[in-house]
This record gives sequence, C-alpha cells and structure tokens, in this order.
Amino acid sequence: MIRLPPRTRWGAAAGLMVLGLSPAFAAEIPLAERRSGFDFMSRDSQALQHDDTANPGMLLVLDGEMLWNSMAGAAGRSCADCHGAALVSMKGVAARYPAYNAEHRRPIDLQGRINLCREVKQNATPFAWESPELLALAAYVAHQSRGMPITAGEDPRLQPFIERGRALYEQRQGQLNFSCANCHDDNWGQKLGGSVIPQAHPTGYPLYRLEWQAVGSLQRRLRNCMTGVRAEPYPLGSPEFVDLELFLMFRAWGMPIETPAVRP
Amino acid sequence: MARVLINVPPTAKRGQIIEIKALISHPMETGFRTGPDGNLVPRNIIKRFTCNYNGEEIFSADLFPAIAANPFLSFMVAATETGLIAFQWIDDQDQVQLETAKITVE
Ligand code: HEC
Ligand code: HEC
Repeated sequence: MIRLPPRTRWGAAAGLMVLGLSPAFAAEIPLAERRSGFDFMSRDSQALQHDDTANPGMLLVLDGEMLWNSMAGAAGRSCADCHGAALVSMKGVAARYPAYNAEHRRPIDLQGRINLCREVKQNATPFAWESPELLALAAYVAHQSRGMPITAGEDPRLQPFIERGRALYEQRQGQLNFSCANCHDDNWGQKLGGSVIPQAHPTGYPLYRLEWQAVGSLQRRLRNCMTGVRAEPYPLGSPEFVDLELFLMFRAWGMPIETPAVRP
Repeated sequence: MARVLINVPPTAKRGQIIEIKALISHPMETGFRTGPDGNLVPRNIIKRFTCNYNGEEIFSADLFPAIAANPFLSFMVAATETGLIAFQWIDDQDQVQLETAKITVE
C-alpha cells in the first residue's frame, strides 16, 4: 500500500501560510519535476504513441475527421461549414479548455463545448457522454493542438472554479480515504500494484488506454481513480468533474498536448 | 467494416528490407464476456490476416481471442519490384476488409 510522508499536505500548507506565502499558482510538484504520464510508460508503449500508423488512438481521430465534415441536425450543417478546416480553426483550442462559458456562467470542457455546438448550432440531439462519436470529435479537435502548451485557466473568471477543483483534488474520499494529491503529488513515481503512479497531468486526452482497449475521456480516467479508492464517482459531465479537469489542466500549465496519447 | 492505418514506404531500393505495419479497428470480442443482459456476447474476432505483394502471398497470420482489440501487425519483407501490396482481414462474421498500398522500387 501507499506510504504517506510523515508531514501531511495540510501541515505543508499551514507552514506556507505561517510564512505568509500563498500556494496559489500551480503545483505542489516543483515545475522542474513535472512529468507527463508518457515518461512513466514502457518503451513499447511510448513507441506506440509516437508512431501515427501504430497508435490506435489515430483510428478514432480519423472517425472524428469524418464526423467533422458530415452534415447533421435540422440546421443541415457540418462542423466544417461553420469552422472551416480544423487544422486552422481548432489549432490551440483544446489547450485552453475547460474554458469559461458566459451563458452558463461556468467553465465547460471540450466535449461539453462540442455538444453545445451540436445542440444549438446544428440543431441535433447531443451525443451521449463517452459515446464513440463525441470521443472521436473531441480527439480530432484536440489533435489539432498536439505539441502546443496548455494555457487553460488564464481567464480570471475561472479562478473560483480552479479553487473548487483544487479543493476536490485535495479532499480525502472513499472507503480508502485517499485524496488525489495523496497519490499523485506525494507518491508519484512509486508503484501501486503493477502500475507506476503518474503525476496526473491531463496532457493526452481523449487517449487510448491499453486496459480499456479503447479511447476514453479524462472523466472516464477520473472515474477509474475514484472507484479505485472506493468513492462514488461523480456523474459524467457533472460540474465537479469539469472543475477537476480545469484544475488538472491549470496544474499542467505549459506542458504540451499529446492527443491522442497512449497509456497502460 | 473498419478503419485501417497502413504504413508501407512509398519507395525502396531493390532488395531493401522494409517494414510493413497494419493497424485495424476491430472489437476482437472474445466470446467469453457477458453483456449487460447477462448473456454471453457472441465471439467476433478477426480470424485471418493475409498480405500479398503483386499477387503473391508474402505474410499471413491466424488470430485468436486472446489478441487485444484493434490488432496491430508489423513484419519485414524484401522490396523486389514496383507494384501493389494488398492487405486482407476476415472476421468471424465473414466481413472482409481490403486495403492496398503502392510501392515504387528503384
Ligand atoms: C490510490 C492512488 C490514486 C488515487 C487516490 C488517485 N489516483 Fe489517479 N492514478 C493512479 C494510478 C496508479 C494511475 C495510473 C494507472 C495506470 O497506469 O494504469 C492514475 C492515473 C491518473 C491519471 C492519468 C494520467 C495520464 O497520464 O493520463 C489522472 C489524470 C489521474 N489519475 C487523476 C486522479 C484524480 C483527479 C484523482 C482524485 C479524484 C486521482 N487520480 C486519485 C492512482 C491514484
Ligand atoms: C452554425 C455554425 C456552427 C456549427 C455547425 C458548429 N459550430 Fe462550433 N462554434 C460556432 C460558433 C459561432 C462558435 C463560437 C462560440 C459561440 O458563439 O457560441 C463555436 C465554437 C466552437 C468551439 C470552441 C472554440 C473556441 O475557440 O473556444 C468548438 C470546439 C466548436 N465550436 C466545435 C464544433 C464542432 C465539433 C462542431 C460539429 C459537431 C461545431 N462546432 C459545429 C459555430 C458553429
């Protein structure tokens, strides 16, 4: 099982406050030590991610390209009819999501944004969460940002939601009573069963997980971690998940997008 | 039936050993899993893959239920002549997927 360091996270935070320092910007993990989940993988899995003709996530990216160009809904419009070539219009978009949505007065993530366009701009039934279609479009859109640095969280209106995400990240939960931070900040690089605990940077989503034998979203990954500590996962698409996603993206500020990544 | 990604070098020198890679989307349903209704999900896997080079079979494989979804195969071959490399996958439902790639040999 996991060994916790003698000084708890709360102790560390209190110490900073006594010194009058604010832990406001980014990570408990020093910037120089931040590492993508890619770095913890075997060389075989890394090779799979790096070769676009071997990376199974690319199959879904191709599906997404087809959907991007297909007419849908009562409006009879494709994504491309309004947005043109994704190569241009979607470049860098995924790197700054979840983004603030003025109408909803809160952040929405990339899948939420795509479904909003589907509902409002195409007049079509939104895709089910985690459906192959929504994953394919999200993977296709996010792929246009591959290699670009994450910039999520710059909009000052996102601040309270980042803080909410951070609180969820630091809150102990489940029958095993672990917070995300207990594993991903305090014990990264150690082993949990057969897996190396990564730093939980959301750089590659949607990604192909070998265990799933499929592409899945960041929220699906988070559900796995929550059931892992025997906590009741939030519903897919819930505000809690979007706030957590936002915090994780903010925490990974500056790291390059890898979509579609491969993970064990 | 499926989406395919093929990697064949477009050109090669005569006699050069080249690597061919073929990836296909397929659930590779083992036949051992139960669905949400409690019944077994019928087996549906790709059972055979073959690769022809200008009509001659140069590589084939029988696949089995323990092989993961979206099977990826790679193999080496000597580039002998300009022409077509053809790929064929057949699954349990006898669905056939065909793909070809051109190679120019100098
Ligand atoms: C008990 C330890 C543990 C806890 C608690 C935990 N995780 Fe994880 N998490 C893991 C392990 C182990 C993996 C890697 C699994 C693998 O490689 O198969 C992982 C993977 C991840 C990844 C994927 C990173 C990548 O490279 O794609 C993210 C993101 C993540 N966790 C976020 C969270 C969040 C958010 C929470 C809190 C809700 C959380 N985790 C709680 C152990 C944990
Ligand atoms: C009728 C035109 C129209 C169609 C069709 C449409 N969109 Fe949009 N989309 C927009 C507009 C306009 C915006 C800017 C935000 C707004 O005004 O709501 C936008 C915003 C977006 C954004 C956020 C961009 C950013 O910079 O934050 C994404 C991602 C997106 N659309 C994806 C899609 C996808 C995927 C489809 C197809 C499923 C699609 N859109 C279909 C008009 C459209």
